[in-house]
Amino acid sequence: MSTLAPERAPRSEQPAPRRSASRPALVERVRDVFTSPKSGPVLVTAILFVAVFAVGGVRYPAFLSGQVFLNLFVDNAYLIVLAVGMTFVILTGGIDLSVGAVVALSGMIAASLLQSGWSPGVVIPLILVITSVLGLLVGLMIHVFEVQPFIATLAAMFLARGLCYVISQNSISITEPTFVALAVTRIPLGGGLSITPSVVIVLVVIAVAVWVLHFTRFGRTVYAIGGGEHSGMLMGLPVARTKVIVYVISGFCSGLAGVLFTFYTLSGYPLSAIGTELDAIAAVVIGGTLLTGGFGFVLGSVLGVLVLGIIQTIITFEGTLSSWWTRIFIGGLLLVFIILQKVLTSRRR
Amino acid sequence: MLDTAQARPPAPAAHPEPIIEMTDVSISFPGVKALDRVDFRMFPGEVHSLMGENGAGKSTIIKALTGVYGIDEGTITVNGTAVSFAGPAGAQEAGIATVYQEVNLLPNLSVAENIMLGREPRRFGSIHWKAMRARAAELLAQLRLDIDPASLLGSHSLAVQQLIAIARAIDVDARVLILDEPTSSLDADEVAELFRVIKNLKEDGVAILFVSHFLDQIYEITDRLTVLRNGQLVGEYLTEELLRIDLVQKMIGKELATLDDLSTRVKQTANEEDDAAVPSFVVARGLGKRGTIEPIDLTIGEGEVVGLAGLLGSGRTELARLLGGIDRADAGASVTIGGAPTKLRTPRQAISKRIAYSSENRREEGIIGDLTVRDNIILALQADRGWFRRIPKKRQEELTRSYIETLNVRPANPDALVRNLSGGNQQKVLLARWLAIAPRLLILDEPTRGIDIGAKAEIQKLVYSLAENGMSVVFISAEIEEVLRLSHRIAVMRDRRLVADIENDGLTVDELLALIADGSAVDEPELPATTTPQRGDGS
Repeated sequence: MSTLAPERAPRSEQPAPRRSASRPALVERVRDVFTSPKSGPVLVTAILFVAVFAVGGVRYPAFLSGQVFLNLFVDNAYLIVLAVGMTFVILTGGIDLSVGAVVALSGMIAASLLQSGWSPGVVIPLILVITSVLGLLVGLMIHVFEVQPFIATLAAMFLARGLCYVISQNSISITEPTFVALAVTRIPLGGGLSITPSVVIVLVVIAVAVWVLHFTRFGRTVYAIGGGEHSGMLMGLPVARTKVIVYVISGFCSGLAGVLFTFYTLSGYPLSAIGTELDAIAAVVIGGTLLTGGFGFVLGSVLGVLVLGIIQTIITFEGTLSSWWTRIFIGGLLLVFIILQKVLTSRRR
Repeated sequence: MLDTAQARPPAPAAHPEPIIEMTDVSISFPGVKALDRVDFRMFPGEVHSLMGENGAGKSTIIKALTGVYGIDEGTITVNGTAVSFAGPAGAQEAGIATVYQEVNLLPNLSVAENIMLGREPRRFGSIHWKAMRARAAELLAQLRLDIDPASLLGSHSLAVQQLIAIARAIDVDARVLILDEPTSSLDADEVAELFRVIKNLKEDGVAILFVSHFLDQIYEITDRLTVLRNGQLVGEYLTEELLRIDLVQKMIGKELATLDDLSTRVKQTANEEDDAAVPSFVVARGLGKRGTIEPIDLTIGEGEVVGLAGLLGSGRTELARLLGGIDRADAGASVTIGGAPTKLRTPRQAISKRIAYSSENRREEGIIGDLTVRDNIILALQADRGWFRRIPKKRQEELTRSYIETLNVRPANPDALVRNLSGGNQQKVLLARWLAIAPRLLILDEPTRGIDIGAKAEIQKLVYSLAENGMSVVFISAEIEEVLRLSHRIAVMRDRRLVADIENDGLTVDELLALIADGSAVDEPELPATTTPQRGDGS
């Protein structure tokens, strides 16, 4: 084998032909980071978040408080968990439309079982198992029968929503003491700040997801599938298994999100969380994950949820605007982000 | 064909035992026998190449070796042990690493990950990123590749990606390295760099399978050749003992003796109206595309049939695609059509100049199987008119009728679905589509491939009569005698360069074969065969 030849570095100028040496390295690096499909969109989202927060702070003195920030987590706990699960799916280039309906189903199962006297210690694991199995079935459908993820998860969405009505046509309220306690408990952080137990769960979920995606072979295979499923297979990676597991994770996250949602609403209602899957997808995309897969971060998706949340908060503070304006803003944002992604990815060709 | 009986050349002295031995291997797909009792072996420390035209079975062998296909009959042994691979991962475990033509790596991940993916060093159950980057840096240094292991793979040129794929192979400690068309998109310097790496690996005793369409490269780097034709073994040879001309003949499958009578027929058809003053229709200067073909000067006269000869991958299709506006030529190319400078940036522009390109890939870029014969025929004409000016039903019927008759399409049913037609009839429908727009230049890329003899003759006759009537034709075919029979002039491509551009008056098959093989034949062509024009500057 050839030895190291430090005096010879003939290839250094080849990889990036348009980079000129005369440019200041910092400017170049900053530009690189922003035009990279990996980090560009996330950074733009982060800047956007800070900007919106600053604008809110200028307009309303009460806005610029730690609690407003923490409430973004409190109010959107379930959505963050959904977005985390969705990130796994979208990173592989798939999509999961069933998550909203599964949240509602989880709520219905929880409410009805608790009503008939089951213990929360049984109900919550049971929900997580049921939704994971549902995810497994979806994953197998996608893998074995090569059904489009869109169609497979659409079917799962109708199934889950239908099952809600099988359980009950009406709202079932939850009076079980543990659930009520979890709903009302505030964990003080000092300085008048507090969070709910849900937020703790959310933070754990985020940490685990980051670890899985960045420090396990499974996680890297998720990225590999998004970068090129066929290539990944030829590299000997367990593509099939990973693709199925991704939907199990999304199913599990939907179940957990459903539980968090019931902590928040203390009821099960068959019509709840309609369209939430689209919020989750929007958050993931705004958070910088490419819909075609391969690029994105869990923390980006969390940031995406926070951006949606803060727009909502600002509109609440505004008082005069209908909350539907949130939707209009989200719509506009999504459009901008998808175009941004297109530009970034095509520049790299 | 007789060569199969011939004894195989001796094993190399240093490593007398083959590391890979395929014996009597057959692989079938529905309707096709892709490999028919083929023997193939590779020795450590040798560079071996598989040679053959399209459909010869090269890629089938590669896929069998890499575990993508299972074999129906025969045995594969690695180091003397019989193996059967369950998928690509199995072949990798057996020490067979592959770098595919399209570089199957992941552009969205870092260079280090692309090298190490699946074998990442771990610590406490987590991927140990630092160790991974360090290991990757080590491997890159071995290849003298000075890049940041943490950078995104997608930010590097294809040549670098290719070397990264090789780094991955080195890391799995591959004993067999398969390089499938590794040089197809590299420039001369990059190829030299790759060859340096290959030579190093060879010294380390790695067996290398180097598949390429470039004869020069084959003769530069390989030790041993296995020639295949139509899924059958032609023979195994030592590269230094096989003359280029013999190699090309073995690949194409024509023995000199059998070609003699054909070449006499060629002389009869060649250029009866021997006047050089054919008005030129298309004049292309510096027509090239970086990484595809070197800039080429070509003139096509009115009513002239220009044959493009060359092996697969020589650049003949690429040139045709530039002429047809399918691919965009580099800046600096100038094309004048009928005296007026023109840009050929899209097929649409080409069509508006009455240039029609009929693809070699009939199924995917040609016919639309789920449409009827009539719809397929009027497609280009309707598109050219614009979709708001629908061709009247009656006119459609007339057109279809007349083409079905002239071209003798069977079944003569305008409403038959094209996918139910035979290959030859599909080709005729495709021809009719282009003839319907009354082209002044018709580019036919392999119009006779995979169709029966009768249809072949009809298409040849048609080309002939079209040219008689003043249409210019660019005719590409892998069948050399077909090119000779039809063309007034022949442009010979080799290794992505135009190596000869000569009148076809009395050119023999041997002479043409010699030109295709090494360009150093007979009456010196207008273009020097050896110089490499600077790319992209349109000189």
